[in-house]
Amino acid sequence: MSTETEEKYESYYVPEQSPWPIVGAVALFFIAYGGANFIQQSTDTVDTGDASWGGLVFMAALAVMIYMVFRWWGDVIKESMDGLYSAQMDRSFKQGMLWFISSEVMFFAAFFGALLYVRQFVIPWLGGEGNNMMTHAIIWPEFAPQWPLTTTPDGTTTTGMGAWGLPAINTAILLTSSWTLTIAHHALKANNRQALLNYTSLTALLGIIFLALQVMEYHHAYTEMGLTLGSGIYGSTFFMLTGFHGFHVTLGTIFLIVLSIRCAKGHFTEKHHFAYEAGAWYWHFVDVVWLFLFIFVYLM
Amino acid sequence: MSDHHPTGITRWLYTTNHKDIGSMYLWFSFIMFLIGGAMAMVIRAELYQPGLQFVQPEFFNQMTTMHGLIMVFGAVMPSMVGLANWLIPMMIGAPDMALPRMNNWSFWILPFAFTLLLSSFLMEGGAPNFGWTFYAPLSTTYGPPSTDFFILGVHMMGISSIMGAINVIVTVFNMRAPGMTLMKMPLFVWTWLITAFLLIMVMPVLAGTVTMMLTDRHFGTSFFDAAGGGDPVMFQHIFWFFGHPEVYIMILPAFGVVSEIIPAFSRKKLFGYSSMVYATASIALLSFIVWAHHMFAVGMPVAGELFFMIATMLIAVPTGVKVFNWVATMWQGSLTFETPMLFSIAFVILFTIGGFSGVMLAMAPVDFQYHDTYFVVAHFHYVLFPGAIFGTTAAVYYWLPKWTGKMYNETSGKIHFWLSMIFVNLTFFPMHFSGLAGMPRRIPDYNMMFADFNMWASIGAFGLGLTQVYFLVTIIMAIRGGKKADEKQWDGATGLEWDALPSPAPYHTFSTPPKVD
Repeated sequence: MSTETEEKYESYYVPEQSPWPIVGAVALFFIAYGGANFIQQSTDTVDTGDASWGGLVFMAALAVMIYMVFRWWGDVIKESMDGLYSAQMDRSFKQGMLWFISSEVMFFAAFFGALLYVRQFVIPWLGGEGNNMMTHAIIWPEFAPQWPLTTTPDGTTTTGMGAWGLPAINTAILLTSSWTLTIAHHALKANNRQALLNYTSLTALLGIIFLALQVMEYHHAYTEMGLTLGSGIYGSTFFMLTGFHGFHVTLGTIFLIVLSIRCAKGHFTEKHHFAYEAGAWYWHFVDVVWLFLFIFVYLM
Repeated sequence: MSDHHPTGITRWLYTTNHKDIGSMYLWFSFIMFLIGGAMAMVIRAELYQPGLQFVQPEFFNQMTTMHGLIMVFGAVMPSMVGLANWLIPMMIGAPDMALPRMNNWSFWILPFAFTLLLSSFLMEGGAPNFGWTFYAPLSTTYGPPSTDFFILGVHMMGISSIMGAINVIVTVFNMRAPGMTLMKMPLFVWTWLITAFLLIMVMPVLAGTVTMMLTDRHFGTSFFDAAGGGDPVMFQHIFWFFGHPEVYIMILPAFGVVSEIIPAFSRKKLFGYSSMVYATASIALLSFIVWAHHMFAVGMPVAGELFFMIATMLIAVPTGVKVFNWVATMWQGSLTFETPMLFSIAFVILFTIGGFSGVMLAMAPVDFQYHDTYFVVAHFHYVLFPGAIFGTTAAVYYWLPKWTGKMYNETSGKIHFWLSMIFVNLTFFPMHFSGLAGMPRRIPDYNMMFADFNMWASIGAFGLGLTQVYFLVTIIMAIRGGKKADEKQWDGATGLEWDALPSPAPYHTFSTPPKVD
């Protein structure tokens, strides 16, 4: 009993001091400082005078942050390869990743909540429903409640994005990518290196194709459909939801590319591959968010 | 493992030690507490008499806004995380927090986030001035340029909180010593586990809220603009979906603290341990479906008002269970009244007063009268100051011997308690009356009829401010020259940190897990 306890617990690895968190904190500070300044300058909404340092500070700090992530996770990978991590440590990482994904779910929930609240309450109320008849009659009598909201109360017009063009293709691509990733994951567990590498890279490639198609969709929206961030609440919810999803696909794709490289280097064994599982979970999360997007943003 | 620990500045900058990080959190929160408190002094000085004496209304607005933001995000929340860092690993027999490097990052983001926030005072247009709730359109259309820095500062605080919460949850789920089952954990660990869950659920929603603000301000979106099909009321819904769980985030760990201290000084086991756990979980779950009670006066459908009114009043049930259990723990115990116990008893009584005024505010019809008055200010200060802050203070006195190996001076502690007790009530009790009589909050001037109440509140506030300096001196004297503390300083104390560790606790504890029966 006691030996089992020791085996299970004594080897929990508490790392020595690390410089990377404080580097990350400083970088984050300048990302925020430079970012806020850059946004103010570049959107002309606030007079910042001659200050043109925001973008530079932001980019420099972002570079430091990326370097920090490389070094920090490099340390983690090295410690893992050196066999310092016990099964308990592995569980810490896994649980940490799952709770991180939970927090991401709640971030998207805020935007989905906004979308549903607008459709369920705001638009009908602007049209005079409930006790809002006078609001409608006095402020915006011309306003016609509808979704997609192609004419806003103040008269901005736009067009709604259909579901069965690029979005449907992108749905198919993401679903396929989840499938290829699962094949890769099974290959990893069966210690089939070649299949692992092939299917992981294929998944990353599908992610890139998805992103390319989304860029085409955005281009189409901006140039031909008059659908922009500024075209009322429909454009706001459309671009913020799909945009943040696209950002997460970008991160997920980078994650998959790194995993492919690490697969090629033979970092993962069939028993010991937390990073791979984390990447796979992240990708499936991004996939599920897209399904909700497809239903609530495009279809309904 | 030896008790060797690194020295110099890099000990603190590069640390992965939960005790070092806990200490930094606690000191940081105290510094923020003094800064936020100084702003409260400005507010109370201005409100000492009717008319405008010291500051302009614009600056007064910045003071109320920054006082709230700093106290909520800079003082109360980090102090609780500091306690969690120090105590959870020792209480569950873990060698450290589960993810020590991330723990360091969680802490060090905070000083930078608050540097960003405080630097807004130096910007053109001044600091944020729209209240700590930053309602649109005050913060979108009419916010000063510094609002953007505020937004990114909030993002940083959110990142810090989420990482801290992940660390707590993983530590509790994965690092408990063999035999430390969930239902054997000290209640402080339970309350923090539930708090961490709340943090992970709502901090990202806050991030979403400020992101929508940012895009509304600069990128032409219409989330909170009715002309584009959005709704400023939607801001309030999303904000309070975060905001209501947030108030439990600030109070639940304090519940845990007094649930440790009251049994210790009653020399009895905590009455109704499992009902405490379930009550805490119920409060947390209910906190997700009560948010709109902050918005009764905004014009919701009656069905909404009713739902949120009833759901809110339901919270009184699990909260009542907790208060009952604390009182029942003391019932027929061998009570002694050292400083931590005094603060804990005051917590139970004064928090209950805050709870009662909360039930009054929960009633939608009467809230139309109380909304945005000083009654609300009295209510939330009663749950925050004699609630959350007395809880933290009790914890500092209770665990200081374990942390530092030194005892504080009991007489000083008792003086600190009575000063706090008198001044906190002198400050906040009159606000109930001025609020019920209709004095609006966040206004630098007021009708003559409120003059007496405000004068008393201001006198109380200045006393309360000075009391904090006294607290600081008491603690520093204890650390510098206090008597040596015993391994088990309190004869009624229970838990691994008292039973299995010397005072002060060594730099590394439980590298081999203890056995828990």
